Amino acid sequence: MIRDAAGRLGFAPSLAIVISAAVIVALVSITSGAYPLSVADILSVITSREASDPVASMVLLEVRMPRLLLGFLVGAVLAVSGALLQGLFRNPLADPGLIGVSAGASLAAIAVIVLGNTWLGGWLAMTGEWALPIAAFFGGSCTVLLAWRIANRFGQTSVATLLLAGIAINAVAGAATGLLTFYANDEELRSLTFWTMGSLGHAGWDDLLVGAPFMLLALFVAPWLARPLDAFLLGESVVGHLGYRTDTVKKAAILVVGLGVGAAVAVSGLIGFVGLVVPHLVRQLLGASHRVVLPLSALVGGTLLVAADSLARVVVAPAELPIGLMMALIGGPFFLALLLRTKVI
Amino acid sequence: MVLSVNSVSVSLGRSRIVNDIDCYLRAGELLMLLGPNGAGKSTLLKAISGDLPYVGSVRFAGRELGQWRPEWLARQRAVMPQRVEVNFPLTVEEVVRLGRPKTASVGSDPVVDQLMSELDIGHLRHRLVPALSGGEQQRLQLARVLAQIIDSPGDRLLLLDECTSALDPAHQQMVLELVHRLAKNQGIAVLAVVHDLNLAAQFADRLLVMKAGCLVHEGSAREVLTPDLLEAVYGFTARVIELDEGYPMVVPRRGGLPNAYLAPGNPSCRQAS
Repeated sequence: MIRDAAGRLGFAPSLAIVISAAVIVALVSITSGAYPLSVADILSVITSREASDPVASMVLLEVRMPRLLLGFLVGAVLAVSGALLQGLFRNPLADPGLIGVSAGASLAAIAVIVLGNTWLGGWLAMTGEWALPIAAFFGGSCTVLLAWRIANRFGQTSVATLLLAGIAINAVAGAATGLLTFYANDEELRSLTFWTMGSLGHAGWDDLLVGAPFMLLALFVAPWLARPLDAFLLGESVVGHLGYRTDTVKKAAILVVGLGVGAAVAVSGLIGFVGLVVPHLVRQLLGASHRVVLPLSALVGGTLLVAADSLARVVVAPAELPIGLMMALIGGPFFLALLLRTKVI
Repeated sequence: MVLSVNSVSVSLGRSRIVNDIDCYLRAGELLMLLGPNGAGKSTLLKAISGDLPYVGSVRFAGRELGQWRPEWLARQRAVMPQRVEVNFPLTVEEVVRLGRPKTASVGSDPVVDQLMSELDIGHLRHRLVPALSGGEQQRLQLARVLAQIIDSPGDRLLLLDECTSALDPAHQQMVLELVHRLAKNQGIAVLAVVHDLNLAAQFADRLLVMKAGCLVHEGSAREVLTPDLLEAVYGFTARVIELDEGYPMVVPRRGGLPNAYLAPGNPSCRQAS
C-alpha cells in the first residue's frame, strides 16, 4: 500500500523516499568537489582518530561537513517558512521574501560590506569576523518587527496589511541596497554580488554556531502550529471558531519565520525559490495538511539545497556558481513544468 | 437558557448595522432569523459568534462570551459561516476532522463517518475540497461544524448562516431534518439565518424577523408569516396557505413587488440611532 485512499503517496512511504534521497544527496555532496573524497576516505577519517590522509581529514571535517549541515538547515528553514506563510496568507504564492525579512537582512549585510571601512568601522571593530552574519540577522529581525508593528496597529494582526507593509519595506530596502551598490568599489561589488546571489562557499563551524540555534528553534516550533494552520486554510474566522487563539498563532508563525529566515540569510545570503517551490511541490504530491507539509517541506528543502550546492561546486570546478543562481536555474523550469501538469493550485 | 443576548449593537465604521437586539434561546430550540438582504442578520450572528466587536452582552450557558476559554467554547459552540472558501488541496475527510478534538485525530472516527453519511458526503470522503460543487461544500462545512459539538456534554449552541443556500430541495430537506432532529433529541440550541420562508415555517420553533438592524417581529410561523407582515418587512405581496401538515406556506404573487421599496410602514430605526 504505497498510495493512500485519496490516491496520494502516503506519509510513511514518502518519508522513507525523502530520507533515502537525503542520505544519497548528502553522500554525493560530501564526496564531490575540487578535492574528491571516496567513501573509504570518509570511513577512515571517522573511524580512526589519526587519519592516514590529513588533507582528506581537513577537507571533510572543516569544509564539507559544516557546509553540508548548513546547507541542509538553510534549505529546511526556507522551505518551512514558505509553508508557514503560505498557510497563514492562504496563498500558495507567499514566500519568506514577502514580509521583508530577506530584504532587510541583505541590506544590513551589504551596508557592512560597503561601509565597513568608513561609517560602520565601529561595528566591524566590535563584532570582528562575525560582523556580516550578525548585522544580517539584526537587519532581518528589525524589518520583520517593523512590518509587524504596522500590521498590529489596531490590536489585531491584519494579514493583508502585513503583506502590503512587506511590499513597501522591500521596495525601500531594495532602493537603499541599490544606492549602496552605486557607491561600492570593484572589490566590494564582487563580494556584494556573491551575497545577493547566495552562497554556502564560506560555510564553517562558526557560521553554524551563529545560525543553527535560531534555525533549529524555528524548525522545532513550526510543527506545533500545524493544526491551527490547517484551520487557517478555511479562513481566519474559522480558526477562532475551532478554538484556536488566532492572534497567538499568527504571532508565533511570523516570529518563527523572522528568526529562521533572518538566521538563514545571515549565513548564506539570498537564496530564492526554495521557500516558494518546495511546499508547493509537497502539497501537490501529499495534500495540504500541515502535519504532512511542514516536516516533509523541511526534509525536501534541505535535500534540494544540498543537491543544488553540490552541483554548483562541480559544474564550473574549481570555481563555484552562486547557489541562489543554481536554485533559480533548477527551480524555475521545474516549477513551470509542475504548473503545466496540474489543474488545482 | 443556553444563549441570552441583551441590548447588542454592532457598528461597522460609522453606520450601526445591528441596533439594540434582545433575544434568547433554550436548549433544544430551533430559532430561525429572517429578514431582507442587509437587515443585519449575518452581522448579528457574527457578533454572537465573537467575530465582530459589539456593545451589550452575549451570554452563553450563563457566562459572558469573552470569559470562555476559546478551546472550551469550541467544544460547546459551533459556527457555520455563510461562505467558506478552500483553495488548498485538503480532502473532505481532512476538513471534517478539523472539527474534532485533538485527541480524536488518529485512526478512524465513528462520529466523522456517521456525519459524513448522514449529510450524503460519505462517497466524497477522499475527494479534494476545491473540486466539489457548491452544495457539496456546504454539506461538508455543516459536517465539520457538527463534528465539533455533537458528542460534547453540557449546553451546546449551533449558529448557522444560510446553511441551505446552495442545496437542491431534497438536500435542503435532508439537512434541516438532521438539524431539527439533533435539536430535539440532543438538546442542541440552534440559531439559523434563513431566506426560505417555507423551510422556516416547516422547521422553526420560533421565528425572529429583522429589518434595518432592528428586531421587528418574533413568534411562531403562524404568527409571523402573515400577508401584512410580509408586505411590511419585505415589501412583496403573498398569499399564505394553511397546510394540512400543520404549518403555513407562503406563495408570492406575480407582480406583487411594485410597492416594495415604497412601503410606508417601513420601520427605519437605523436612521433614528
